[in-house]
Amino acid sequence: MCTVCGCGDGKVVGQSHHHDHDHDHHHDHDHDHDHDHGHRHDHHGHGDLHFGQGPAGTEVPGMSQARLIEIETSILSKNDRYAAENRAFLRGREVLALNLVSSPGSGKTTLLVQTIKALTGLPVAVIEGDQQTANDADRIRATGAPAVQVNTGKGCHLDAHMVGHAMEHLKIASQGILFIENVGNLVCPAAFDLGEDAKVAILSVTEGEDKPLKYPDMFTAARLAIVNKTDLAPHCDTDLDLIDDNLRRVNPGIQILHLSARTGEGMAGWLGWLMAELAAKTGRQAAE
Amino acid sequence: MHEMSLCEGIREVLEAQARAHRVNRITRVRVEIGRFAGVEKPALDFAWGIVMRGSPAEDATLEMIDLPGRAMCFDCATEVEIDDRLAPCPHCGGGKLMPTGGDEMRIKDLEAI
Repeated sequence: MCTVCGCGDGKVVGQSHHHDHDHDHHHDHDHDHDHDHGHRHDHHGHGDLHFGQGPAGTEVPGMSQARLIEIETSILSKNDRYAAENRAFLRGREVLALNLVSSPGSGKTTLLVQTIKALTGLPVAVIEGDQQTANDADRIRATGAPAVQVNTGKGCHLDAHMVGHAMEHLKIASQGILFIENVGNLVCPAAFDLGEDAKVAILSVTEGEDKPLKYPDMFTAARLAIVNKTDLAPHCDTDLDLIDDNLRRVNPGIQILHLSARTGEGMAGWLGWLMAELAAKTGRQAAE
Repeated sequence: MHEMSLCEGIREVLEAQARAHRVNRITRVRVEIGRFAGVEKPALDFAWGIVMRGSPAEDATLEMIDLPGRAMCFDCATEVEIDDRLAPCPHCGGGKLMPTGGDEMRIKDLEAI
């Protein structure tokens, strides 16, 4: 079983030395922290419990009022704090940040390469998330755009902390676009805010028209859906209208673009969307 | 989903709370999980016992409270409660529902000694 996501996929082969190192480091750090905490506790013993405001109004059978501590904190609050920091950093530089999410193999990297080539003169930077290899970052760097590869090891998603670190390593020019290519996974990345302006879900025509119904959370979280590889649609008997219907069924407000990153068909619509979003972001801030 | 890392997030919050309230041992924790949060409850329960080892919440009971799924129907403009992510609107039978609630993952409270 995957130790991070518990997804039941126990096949982790070819773990690189690098990955082990990163992982151990992280773990040790957490552990040290825990230890400090336990240590401090011993000193306090059974000190006073201050429930000044108390659990007003919460009467829980079997739970003693005096020993009940209300928390009401989101489980992802730590990630959300990092995401807020990332967002503030990006806002300061007027950078449009897009979190690209999809299944593996939908064509995210090819789309990015073609997009960067088309956006000549505009500052673009890329954070590439994968479990292993720097292949995708290499493909991006070949276009001349700065890219940082984040290998999550066994992890199933990028989190805001990883992205914050990656941004430190990346020269992000003002009034440009930061693309964050998430780990290919239509489940976990939906819940993790990275500080982006929008999630863009990419779906290729070979994946089946019912993909949005199978993985509704991701398509609900996305503002834009890109249906990629439209040049293959006739060969796969893909019903493009049915894909759109299914996308709108799980997210009635979603914007949809059809394109083929390979042939360039429909790319103009995507580039137009990007420029409008960027203008909205820089304009919004100019107005503030 | 990623229940193991969710448990690690819960552990950090619990440790901070234990420190703030000077609590030695946490015996019970209640979390609220929305129907559309994408959390597999048995997996969370499984991860719980492992992740809490060595923390003030070791051996603490995890209680999961279900929160309903809510959505806005784009056909009849009503906010409705739905059990299934793809269920039709219970009012008008429409199929265009935008989730407005049910993605919560919240630590509600804890019981400590």
